[in-house]
Amino acid sequence: MGAGRLYAAVAAGGFRRYATYRAATAAGVFTNTAFGLILVYTYRALWDEKPHLGGYDQAQAVTYVWLGQALLSTLAIGGGGVEDELMERIRTGDVAIDLYRPVDLQMWWLAADLGRAFFQLLGRGLVPFAFGALFFPAYLPTDAGTWVALLVALLLAMLVGFGIRYLVALSAFWLLDGTGVSQMAWLLGYFCSGMLLPLNVFPGALGEVVRALPWSSLLQAPADVLLGHADPLRTYLFQGAWAAVLLGAGRLLQSVATRRVVVQGG
Amino acid sequence: MQDSDFITLEKVEKVFEVRKKAGFLKRERRQVRAVDSISFTVARGEMVGYIGPNGAGKSTTIKMLTGILMPSAGRLRVAGIDPSRERTRLAHRIGVVFGQRTTLWWDLPLIDSYRLAHRMYRIPDARYRENLDRCVELLELGALLDVPVRQLSLGQRMRGDIAAALLHDPEVLYLDEPTIGLDVVSKAKVRGFLKELNTERGTTVLLTTHDLQDIEQLCSRVMVIDHGRLMYDGPLAGLHEAGEGERTLVVDLERELPPIEVPPCRVVRVEGPRQWLAFPAGQSAAPLVAAIAAAYPLVDLSVREPDIEAVIAKMYAEKAVS
Repeated sequence: MGAGRLYAAVAAGGFRRYATYRAATAAGVFTNTAFGLILVYTYRALWDEKPHLGGYDQAQAVTYVWLGQALLSTLAIGGGGVEDELMERIRTGDVAIDLYRPVDLQMWWLAADLGRAFFQLLGRGLVPFAFGALFFPAYLPTDAGTWVALLVALLLAMLVGFGIRYLVALSAFWLLDGTGVSQMAWLLGYFCSGMLLPLNVFPGALGEVVRALPWSSLLQAPADVLLGHADPLRTYLFQGAWAAVLLGAGRLLQSVATRRVVVQGG
Repeated sequence: MQDSDFITLEKVEKVFEVRKKAGFLKRERRQVRAVDSISFTVARGEMVGYIGPNGAGKSTTIKMLTGILMPSAGRLRVAGIDPSRERTRLAHRIGVVFGQRTTLWWDLPLIDSYRLAHRMYRIPDARYRENLDRCVELLELGALLDVPVRQLSLGQRMRGDIAAALLHDPEVLYLDEPTIGLDVVSKAKVRGFLKELNTERGTTVLLTTHDLQDIEQLCSRVMVIDHGRLMYDGPLAGLHEAGEGERTLVVDLERELPPIEVPPCRVVRVEGPRQWLAFPAGQSAAPLVAAIAAAYPLVDLSVREPDIEAVIAKMYAEKAVS
């Protein structure tokens, strides 16, 4: 199919665009590793006090931390995905160029974001994860099937992550300056994905709610698949449902935006 | 659709609603008529200049012609297609170049953007090779293909953008200020290329610009738009009359003298012994020169044709008053 090849080319471009900035990648690896170190010591102190918190043992908690660091930039939980660029293009009116192309705006940016995500996973994710696995007593499954299952969950997490951030980006059509929305999304993402603390640890109703929100697809869901804490198929169903809802909402908002809203600038 | 009405606009309008602050939480709605009942047709293979001051409605028209804005009223067809309804289908048949924006992938080498266009427009391989080779040769892009776009100069990037818009053999090319910010040499290159494209390939070109030399050198037909209305549509030469242009006599006298009085000449400027006299463009200069020579100590004299820019500026100004 021609369209498949096109979006593969867009994704490959997205991958290589991020690959050109080597210094930024190196700095990112360092940051993720340092951040992981802080978290891992905190977690270990916490799990010393309360063993089996959230159903994880200490080795699983350690794995959770390093998986989180590997996924932070991959899923752009703290920002830094293609939405920044898209918002800027909407603000300046450059988005007009994207609309002149014989492509679907959402698919185009999804492909670009997937390319970016794969680069970040390899370029920024692997090293901190390997570092953590090497220097800390981490839980690492030995059967290949679990790792494959993790990959599928990651792919779905990428779709959900993009789905959320695309909605955020489209808000720029109405707000022009999306900084506020971005920061809100960033904060929510950080908290609700389980980046600070696993969502399993959240008590009562709050725990029920955050585990049902789309953000739990990002880190909590893949982590539970890796740690053998959740049935992969049920996890995929959950992630897939959110991906469908969010991407569908994105399509809807996109058609409203492109039909009703003025494309900026002459 | 016939070749004579390849692009058709019939009483096309675009009205924007602008909300303005009118106190705390209160917003006033105001309608802005960016394009006001414009009608014209462009034949296949024509090269038309579309000019007007900033905010006249040029870009709004182009956006409607490419389908990213929907007209508020009227009928609009490009190659028989209703642009806003079938934007994607139309996109395969048109090319768009913005002087102030780029379609190229900023971080990656130029060639990557072309490879993407190859996939995006599903250009057959042989055709892609041929078109790329041709653009590379004529636009002198050979040495630039492996250079990241962010490192290109403005002129280089512009040529790169033009090539990107042409790889899929568009039947129509919209150019929005393709020579803005370019130096003389780059401008000449771009114009030469466009001229050849139009004559050899028969590509229909709609060109908006503020640089009237673009129009003078490329377009046999020009449309002037102001405040969303079409004010002139015809050959470039006809603009002089439409704008009631004036020619100028520059007269050098032997010494400083009071302003020359030879009707219907009108002294517009005096600088020492030199005087500038305006007279209607339609009138012959010969009797005026004779009359001046008979009454004044004349040293030298020259006639200046009306400046097309001045003509257009005058058109705008008159419309603003009326």
